[in-house]
Amino acid sequence: MKRRDVFLATLGLFLAWQVAAIVVNRPILPTPLVVLKVFFTELGQGLLTHFGYSLWRVTAGTTLSVLTAAPLGLAIGGSQRWNRVLSPVIYLLYPIPKVVLVPIVFLLLGIGDLAKITIIFLILFFQIVVLVRDQAANIPPQLIQSLRSLGAGRRALFRFVYFPASLPAILTALRQSIGTAVAVLYVTELFATKYGLGYYIYYNGSTLLDYPAMYAGVIAMSLLGLGMYFAVDWMERKLCRWKFVN
Amino acid sequence: MACPAFFHMITIRSLTFNYPHSLPIFQDFNWEVQRSETWAILGPSGCGKTTLLYLLAGLLQPTRGEILIEGQPLRRPRPRTGLILQDYGLLPWATVRYNAELGLRVRDFYGPDGTHAPLDHQSADVTPWLERLGLAEHAEKFPAQLSGGQRQRVAIARTLALHPDLLLMDEPFSSLDAITREDLHNLTLSLCAEQNLTLIVVTHSIEEAVSLGQKILLLGAAPNSTAHIFANPGAGTGTHRNSEQYRNLCAILREEMQRPSLPSPEKKEGENETP
Repeated sequence: MKRRDVFLATLGLFLAWQVAAIVVNRPILPTPLVVLKVFFTELGQGLLTHFGYSLWRVTAGTTLSVLTAAPLGLAIGGSQRWNRVLSPVIYLLYPIPKVVLVPIVFLLLGIGDLAKITIIFLILFFQIVVLVRDQAANIPPQLIQSLRSLGAGRRALFRFVYFPASLPAILTALRQSIGTAVAVLYVTELFATKYGLGYYIYYNGSTLLDYPAMYAGVIAMSLLGLGMYFAVDWMERKLCRWKFVN
Repeated sequence: MACPAFFHMITIRSLTFNYPHSLPIFQDFNWEVQRSETWAILGPSGCGKTTLLYLLAGLLQPTRGEILIEGQPLRRPRPRTGLILQDYGLLPWATVRYNAELGLRVRDFYGPDGTHAPLDHQSADVTPWLERLGLAEHAEKFPAQLSGGQRQRVAIARTLALHPDLLLMDEPFSSLDAITREDLHNLTLSLCAEQNLTLIVVTHSIEEAVSLGQKILLLGAAPNSTAHIFANPGAGTGTHRNSEQYRNLCAILREEMQRPSLPSPEKKEGENETP
């Protein structure tokens, strides 16, 4: 995708929003210009702090899930025994929508950051385990045999084959689930907190009925999701250069 | 210990091998390979030629009997044996240079421990090998950007950078076009002569076997008990592929392969058990 095209698409979306706002002509849908003005003034008056809290929660949850799920996925995909024991468990747990666990996690871990981070962690965890496992299991046996004939044992196979092969799978998993993670972050931030974009959006929209500020929060949340998405794209370009050569 | 030169490169004694829950592919099979010979192992698919190569590479273990390389029983992949497979042998995410360095990197990773890397292992620069194989200008490319022939050259560079004395190849050229294949046949044979390598190539192509192997081991339907060996002394000489001898041997082998079962152990014309 070209930068120019992304820019034009942004412009187009704002234009559609503008038209819709003029047609609807009600306070519940302010025009983008009004919202953008509020967005920038609000940034200096707390919105940035809320953004920071949300960013911290989603980054912490993501990092934790990558650090735990990737090794587990590699272990399962690289070992028949682990696969036999753990794959049925994952098969059962994977389709459970993790958002239904929100009340339970809050009950068990309290209403602080830990519960919110845990929920994001849970959403990403299974996605990463499954994709990394499949990637590791689909490495051509010829590649493994070639490496073994070069003297590679288990450790070297992980270092030279399984680990680098899992990188694209991790990034794909992140790309697929970041949207869900940010959506669920919103839900978790509705509960018992005074910080975070979820709280900010809900408080401005439902309590203060300050719609431009609410939309400023929505923009901030969209930027959070987009930013993570772009970050994943950027990492893929840096770390998986070989995927972009043709 | 006796000087390794005293021993055959490969000695297979009473080899029996079967995969779990299947019938034996080799039963009481004996075979010997002298140092610096070039061999082709020929046979239809499913005859066990790749299995034999994996056994020689130390990636599979005999069910019974033993495989000796330079007089030493083979228990695991041996540092001085190089293995080149048909495809998929390169890391798709690594550059040509990194792939060529892979064997050296694996050895650097373990250090000279005598198991994964020889005790006298020293890191080395692969640039001369990249140059020798015409890959220098492609060093920073990825395997997907190379032709099939170039990819096999990388695999050859990677193997030769480890200074092997035994080179095992499994259908290494079967996915290449005829011109590239012939080109790589010549390259492989000249490198083997230059580096004093013992070469064993597995192939299902009669022409490839007769082009490459000074000796040809013909395998048939499992279980294989006898080594059917055909001498082909002209292999590797410039005009061999146009010679009468080449065409005759191809015809003989084609006839042998079309038989419902392979020849009985009595000697046939063109068969030669000892050098």
